[in-house]
Amino acid sequence: MSKIKPSRGAPYARILGVGGYRPTRVVPNEVILETIDSSDEWIRSRSGIETRHWASDEETVAAMSIEASGKAIADAGISAEQIGGVIVSTVSHFKQTPAVATEIADKLGTAKAAAFDISAGCAGFVYGLTLAKGMIVEGSAEYVLVIGVERLSDLTDLEDRATAFLFGDGAGAVVVGPSQEPAIGPTVWGSEGDKSETIKQTVPWTEYRSGEVAKFPAITQEGQAVFRWAVFEMAKVAKEALDASGLSPDDLDVFIPHQANERIIDSMVKTLKLPEHVTVARDVRTTGNTSAASIPLAMERLLATGEAKSGDTALVIGFGAGLVYAATVVTLP
Amino acid sequence: MAATQEEIVAGLADIVNEIAGIPVEDVQLDKSFTDDLDVDSLSMVEVVVAAEERFDVKIPDEDVKNLKTVGDATDYILKHQG
Repeated sequence: MSKIKPSRGAPYARILGVGGYRPTRVVPNEVILETIDSSDEWIRSRSGIETRHWASDEETVAAMSIEASGKAIADAGISAEQIGGVIVSTVSHFKQTPAVATEIADKLGTAKAAAFDISAGCAGFVYGLTLAKGMIVEGSAEYVLVIGVERLSDLTDLEDRATAFLFGDGAGAVVVGPSQEPAIGPTVWGSEGDKSETIKQTVPWTEYRSGEVAKFPAITQEGQAVFRWAVFEMAKVAKEALDASGLSPDDLDVFIPHQANERIIDSMVKTLKLPEHVTVARDVRTTGNTSAASIPLAMERLLATGEAKSGDTALVIGFGAGLVYAATVVTLP
Repeated sequence: MAATQEEIVAGLADIVNEIAGIPVEDVQLDKSFTDDLDVDSLSMVEVVVAAEERFDVKIPDEDVKNLKTVGDATDYILKHQG
């Protein structure tokens, strides 16, 4: 048997830079109310959402990703040629072949970086982060770009009063690279496929194409079931991730849950009994639910506004369609 | 020991007070959670989870929508409590 040389990378990995892109068009609740029978007060009280961004035709999945990634690369202080991997998490890129990650890797100027898309719904960013960490520690890339990007406005049924107001568009990116100290904790993740009906695309593309269904597919969810799972089951997962990192809630500076709905965030904070000093991301108010993009977008905003600072310890948790979930603790860039 | 109807109503009153800030004396059998007590669909989930813990009962998502009044919830718990 021939002996294969082992692959070895950096001892640990860390997030070195973050960047975000929010589409130019800001959409207030008044616009949503043109197609559903509801009220600004109702939307705010059920979701916390005041405005969201909707992408224009030019603000494509690739274009938004390139903008966010450029900022993340600059923030990390590296050059695009040093990037060895590009991971894109999205459920709203409608040209599935080839993976959009390859176009992004090329246009950013990487040196033929390994590039691929993943589909893990609203947990996609933490799934990607976990893969990136593995690639760096295992030695197949020195720097990896992880992008969460969505154009959920394309998958929103504007006549569904339960979801029309929820979704937004945008891209968030981080550069993950080598570290001498642990700066991304163990990931607690998983899937619950028996709950696949809880959040889903209404119909497969093929049914729309064949004309069986006239209405373009959209994302739909069972609100109460999602709320219960997100608050009470995900609080357990968040606690497990903290335990796995050897930390207690008192050790945290920041909590960045997936920005699904502010009511979920409020209840999670209460269930987790987070101390007062922990800064909680509430980017959902002005960004809406941007699925895979929500955690890096919220991270970027907290750092930009000074609510969080470089070196802070943050608990991040993504959860959504699948159902899938992933949580870990990171040191902020 | 299984809780009595009075104990369940009192327990639900505490829970609704804690979650929605409604005075405990307003929580009566004939009161509708949404129409009378200002408990919206998401707060209702919190009420249900708190009631599950307090009364050792499982209330699946598909049954939550049938619990319109405090009386509905009390009857459900009386019937299903462990």
